[in-house]
Amino acid sequence: MDKFVNVALPKGRLGEKVYDMFEKAGYECPSIREPNRKLIFENPEAGVRYFWVKPSDVAIYVERGAADIGVAGKDILLEYEPDVFELLDLDVGKCRMAVAGPKDFRDDPGRTLIVATKFSNIASTYYNSLGRDIDIIHLNGSIEIAPILGLSDVIVDIVETGATLRENNLEVLETIVPISARLIANKASFRFKSEKIEEIAAGLAEVIKND
Amino acid sequence: MKTNDYTLRDDEKIIFALRSLFEKYGYAQYKMVKFEEYDLYVRNKEFLVSDNIITFNDTSGKLMALKPDVTLSIIKNTKDNPDGIRKVYYNENVYRVSKSSKAFRELMQVGLECMGSIDGYCISETLSLAAMSLKIISDSSILSITDLDVISYVINLVTDDSRLASELLALAGEKNLHGIAALCAENGISDEKCGLFCKVVALHGRPGAVIEKLREIIPDCPALIPLSDTVRSLGEYEDMLELDFSYSGNIKYYNGIVFKGYVDDVPACVLSGGQYDKLMAKMGRKSKAIGFAVYLDELEKILSKGKQYDVDTLLIYGDGTDRKALTEKVKELAQGGSSVLALRNVPPKLRYRQLIEI
Repeated sequence: MDKFVNVALPKGRLGEKVYDMFEKAGYECPSIREPNRKLIFENPEAGVRYFWVKPSDVAIYVERGAADIGVAGKDILLEYEPDVFELLDLDVGKCRMAVAGPKDFRDDPGRTLIVATKFSNIASTYYNSLGRDIDIIHLNGSIEIAPILGLSDVIVDIVETGATLRENNLEVLETIVPISARLIANKASFRFKSEKIEEIAAGLAEVIKND
Repeated sequence: MKTNDYTLRDDEKIIFALRSLFEKYGYAQYKMVKFEEYDLYVRNKEFLVSDNIITFNDTSGKLMALKPDVTLSIIKNTKDNPDGIRKVYYNENVYRVSKSSKAFRELMQVGLECMGSIDGYCISETLSLAAMSLKIISDSSILSITDLDVISYVINLVTDDSRLASELLALAGEKNLHGIAALCAENGISDEKCGLFCKVVALHGRPGAVIEKLREIIPDCPALIPLSDTVRSLGEYEDMLELDFSYSGNIKYYNGIVFKGYVDDVPACVLSGGQYDKLMAKMGRKSKAIGFAVYLDELEKILSKGKQYDVDTLLIYGDGTDRKALTEKVKELAQGGSSVLALRNVPPKLRYRQLIEI
């Protein structure tokens, strides 16, 4: 058994913020702050090994056991439904999953609603719960442009401040679910490394409490 | 024909070892038909891991399916015997959609079913066999046991709303305590009841210690007595057992003891089973039942590591090599029990124990 706890962190601003929390919890790895292009960093004394991975891939790394634990947005967990434990709400990276559309949009229940989104599963689960017939157009980016160009009626996307929506004459029509970063764990690793993983989770919970 | 240890792949060795173990405990092999009527699976869709099924029309126009599951076929094709006990094992291919590739895969599944007047001993024996099966696969393994009667007892203390109960169970399966707290708050569940549920969901560890904690949290739960008896009967396997109450399966079909097996270095459960009296009742059977399956596809990661060499001897010959001498040399090496590959050149990346030039 690998003595390290392998931690998948999301590359980018959120990842750096989350690493700060791990550091405060006592799982520092100074080499991670050195300016270089390395992707894997370890601290044998603390027993942790960090990886930087694409935020949307963290859940895959954890579900497939390449990482024992990781930090993923609730949006990714709802979209891909990985078979993992969700141990902690880290209370950072807060935003919401929302339906947005043109300011003058009125939903006509007599016709199929066309929804553009990166989050097809979240959108279909949401509209299924409402019994609303929809047609999903899966896009990979610049979702806001879809209703402006008439590609879709509305979009389902992450909204942080709403500035991009406002600048494009769109507004939030419904909030589907609040989003934040979550600490997740592989179900098998949790059993073989439970003491260490629970220790890390408790350390992070303490950091959240004190912040 | 003689086979030796080398001839068998690691997964085949495991299959033989499991079959031998099950037969030692009086389980008879159950050989089943390759196809079942699609209707069987449609009626029990929620019992299946995935509801994607390969179907085709047979010559009479009936819609048939390639088996996505073995247990349903065994129940359907076995006579109900509520007063006796029937013990069977199987090793069969099933056809399921892989979650990652979204494509159908043929998977080998080995497992056992014990059906009839199931008593405490049957439950203990099945759990022992599950523990022994894991030991066959790896020296470092964990059998994680849950008692759905305990979970049902706690859920009933929290709510009688079945929709809310299933949402709470889904969150329990993720050990998502913050999600449970938020859901309870949304639905007006008191902090006391929510706290009680969270305490049980968070419990995991060595059975003795967990049962002690359960006695403190839910002293009046009647399921604790049979659970303690079951755990006590498994003393021999104590070092590999854990009790865990984060169950994520289907309580419409399962009841009582359910369990999952994990081995080190494999990221998903490799063994899964439990009591499924509710499924039996749904299929019109009076018998009770317990069983488990070992998922050999999950073991690929550790099994592929095992083989150090592709071949024992690489025998290189040239244009001038005497063919009779070469044939005899190959035969001599092969009869000695090792594998031999005769080639003109050394292939790139081939791993061999020894190289002989002739």
